Amino acid sequence: MIAQPDFQLSRNAFGRLVFTGPDGRAQEGVVPVRAFPIAAPDQGIALIDSQGHELAWIDRLVNLPDELRTLIEAELGSREFMPEIKRILEVSSFATPCTWQVETDRGVTAFILKGEENIRRLTPPALLITESHGIHFLIRDRFALDHHSRKILDRFL
Amino acid sequence: MQPNPSSSALPPAWATQVESQLVDGEKVLAWLETDLDAQLHFASGLLVVTNLRLLSRSSTDAPWQDWTYRQGIMLTRRDHSGIGSLELADADSLLARWRYTLSNNIAAGRLIEHFLRQLSHHLTGELPPSPEQILCPKCQSVLDTPLPPGQEECALCSKEIYTPPSTWTLFRLWRFARPYKWRLLAGFLLTLGSTAATLVPPYMTMPLMDNVLIPYQNGKPIDTDLVTLYLSGLFGAALLAWMLGWARTYVLALVSERIGADLRTATYEHLLKLSQEYFGGKRTGDLMARIGSETDRINIFISLHLLDFATDVLMIAMTTIILVSINPWLALVTLLPLPIIAWLIHVVRDKLRTGFEKVDRIWAEVTNVLADTIPGMRVVKAFAQEKREAARFRATNQHNLEVNDRVNRIWSLFTPTVTLLTEIGLLVVWIFGIWQVSENAITVGVLTAFLAYISRFYLRLDSMSRIVSFTQKAAAGTKRIFEILDQTSSVPEPANPVHLPTVTGRIELRGVSFRYGTRSVTRDISIAIEPGEMVGLVGHSGSGKSTLVNLICRFYDVTEGAILIDGVDIRSLPVAEYRKHVGLVLQEPFLFFGTIAENIAYGKPEATRAEIVAAARAAHAHEFILRLPHGYDSLAGERGQALSGGERQRISIARALLIDPRILILDEATSSVDTTTEKEIQKALDNLVRGRTTIAIAHRLSTLRGANRLIVLDRGSIVEVGNHDELMARAGHYYNLYQAQARNVDTEDDLRRQDSALKTEEARI
Repeated sequence: MIAQPDFQLSRNAFGRLVFTGPDGRAQEGVVPVRAFPIAAPDQGIALIDSQGHELAWIDRLVNLPDELRTLIEAELGSREFMPEIKRILEVSSFATPCTWQVETDRGVTAFILKGEENIRRLTPPALLITESHGIHFLIRDRFALDHHSRKILDRFL
Repeated sequence: MQPNPSSSALPPAWATQVESQLVDGEKVLAWLETDLDAQLHFASGLLVVTNLRLLSRSSTDAPWQDWTYRQGIMLTRRDHSGIGSLELADADSLLARWRYTLSNNIAAGRLIEHFLRQLSHHLTGELPPSPEQILCPKCQSVLDTPLPPGQEECALCSKEIYTPPSTWTLFRLWRFARPYKWRLLAGFLLTLGSTAATLVPPYMTMPLMDNVLIPYQNGKPIDTDLVTLYLSGLFGAALLAWMLGWARTYVLALVSERIGADLRTATYEHLLKLSQEYFGGKRTGDLMARIGSETDRINIFISLHLLDFATDVLMIAMTTIILVSINPWLALVTLLPLPIIAWLIHVVRDKLRTGFEKVDRIWAEVTNVLADTIPGMRVVKAFAQEKREAARFRATNQHNLEVNDRVNRIWSLFTPTVTLLTEIGLLVVWIFGIWQVSENAITVGVLTAFLAYISRFYLRLDSMSRIVSFTQKAAAGTKRIFEILDQTSSVPEPANPVHLPTVTGRIELRGVSFRYGTRSVTRDISIAIEPGEMVGLVGHSGSGKSTLVNLICRFYDVTEGAILIDGVDIRSLPVAEYRKHVGLVLQEPFLFFGTIAENIAYGKPEATRAEIVAAARAAHAHEFILRLPHGYDSLAGERGQALSGGERQRISIARALLIDPRILILDEATSSVDTTTEKEIQKALDNLVRGRTTIAIAHRLSTLRGANRLIVLDRGSIVEVGNHDELMARAGHYYNLYQAQARNVDTEDDLRRQDSALKTEEARI
């Protein structure tokens, strides 16, 4: 079911989102934020103004009209950064801290793992690796990785 | 024109490309290598500020773009969850946007700085003076204060070093063994002697067989003298082996116990030096397991297993020499299975090491579950979640079992295989020996001696193979211990510390930013606090007040900017010396197990009783302390006297008063008590604050009335500064905060009054 929400969203020349609420007041620099980025990324999205106050709550992204949804998805896409590891190419050492060469859905990169405790077990089989600068790398299904990657990963679990 | 230092540092991959784009007289001033593209995929791009324009290429094969300096053009940076973005905009619209991971944040800051300078140069015609720029010789980042002499890298680069500990971890234990090297040598010599002594009896079987038993079987009478000689030799050797064995075990156990104790103490001492940041990221259970059981495991390894191993190696070496000297061919056959066993050990070793590391980690996990739950038992019970906690523990335990099962699967196969090989080895010797005897190449005595030797020999090999597991366990333990020891504090001690014997208490914050992970907690805070001034920090929770205080106490180091005390960067002062100048009163005062007097004198253990009493008096704690059954000698802390929140707070105020710091930090010192108690504490605080530079955080704005200035923080930045009246007149952030509280105060007070009335009633019952 697609219902017309009681607010409007548009993008201005500065690339910022402008929110127009039911009272007709426009606010610039609105940011969409996922409430459950890992557990339920498509449910519960809040629109937050530049002061950090919630303007609107979207239960499900799919219930929004198409143009609004693409706008929000584009904004989320340009802000969200949680590369998903597809393959682990190499680690510099099995003792931490060490440098990992990985292939992600956003290309090949390297990061530094400071300690084993920075690998967090999410609801199995997902893992979340936090690198030294605080960027999160997601492994959606660690059993779906290839043999080489699994073998490397296993040394750290 | 002078060559620019930063252009020479252009990454080689880009240098030639950039050169080809430059026109005559254009020079590169700053650059930033962007590592993300617009869709946030990892891709290398470059952004260059020159004296004429801003040049950029979003990837290695995209076309170059450029923007010249003109009116209204602006370059700004923002960051969000680990990615930074630079936006170039003019008055009407966004011109371009670049993205990078935060590892490039410093370069981005420098780029903007150069851009703004050039922009103002092109607009106004004059070049603004280059800000006092001191570059770190290593990372080229701009420093806020000059490096202390002798220090070669800035705090930022020393933070960025991540080298994994060497794999030869066990050898690193030598650092702890060195003080005992003579005793270790004595132990080794004793081992040598005792091992040699145990090798005598099998040697004796040879003449016993050939000179006594075989001749007797052939009809000769037994030579009693010869038998006595051989048997007393046997007995003497056994006695000697016993004595030497006792001595070496005792000496080495003594040494290993000391090494273990040193290791434990060193680890704990090092742990105490680590910054608050480290403890924020570690779990108590894990650290306790490391210091406690890991050191013990290493200890046992050195005293038992390593000793056995050394004996085994010696035994094998000596046996080999003896065997070869008796009969080289038979020796060769006997030693045949040795390489196979060695290979087997090698193969299994790798598998076991990872296995044991896993076992250790999962064991820490089990302890962690306990350490998490037991302190929170009240919550667990209140929400009736015992079953769930039990299930969580069971799940971790199950995981523990699985990991152990996997290790045991390899391990259980290993020992019987070695035993089988031993038996096969014996069989080979029998076959070869009987054939040799039948050929009259060797005597029966030689064969018997060989069999006696190799049954010992293989027995040793078997036990030697066991060492694999113990070595791996100890290596894993050592690695985990050295992980703590290798951890450099993120608030490092300066290499060439500056000493400040006296401090006036002037605090200056210059462009202070702090980031916790990807979350930017404070942004670009600059403020100067004069000696003796009292400053209140005000703001919603999460506005960065406590972070600022933690930075000033140097529990963390700033990510960018600098904090100066009397004009000296606090990073160049020895940490402990600096903290002596800072007194801290927290919201939840922590009392250690010990007497009240000891708790007051915590920061100054050499304080006299008179000083302690004076401090307690000034803190308005003297009278209630006297009411306690043992006065100043009453026990406080865990399981000690039940002290109320206000009483504990006054003890912690006395603690701060005793060290007489120039700088005082009150972090929500009166938040956890009711208004009546607050008044008493306030009186104590007034004594404390007098004449000191004070930074106070208070949720209740009324407690900050005495402050000279109030600093209003919002989401990590300063939004307003001024005294109460000024800020009220401005009707801004502070006004809103104050109004919001004023509305609540009446109801809050009512509630508290009821609450305390209830409490007194309870006390009467």
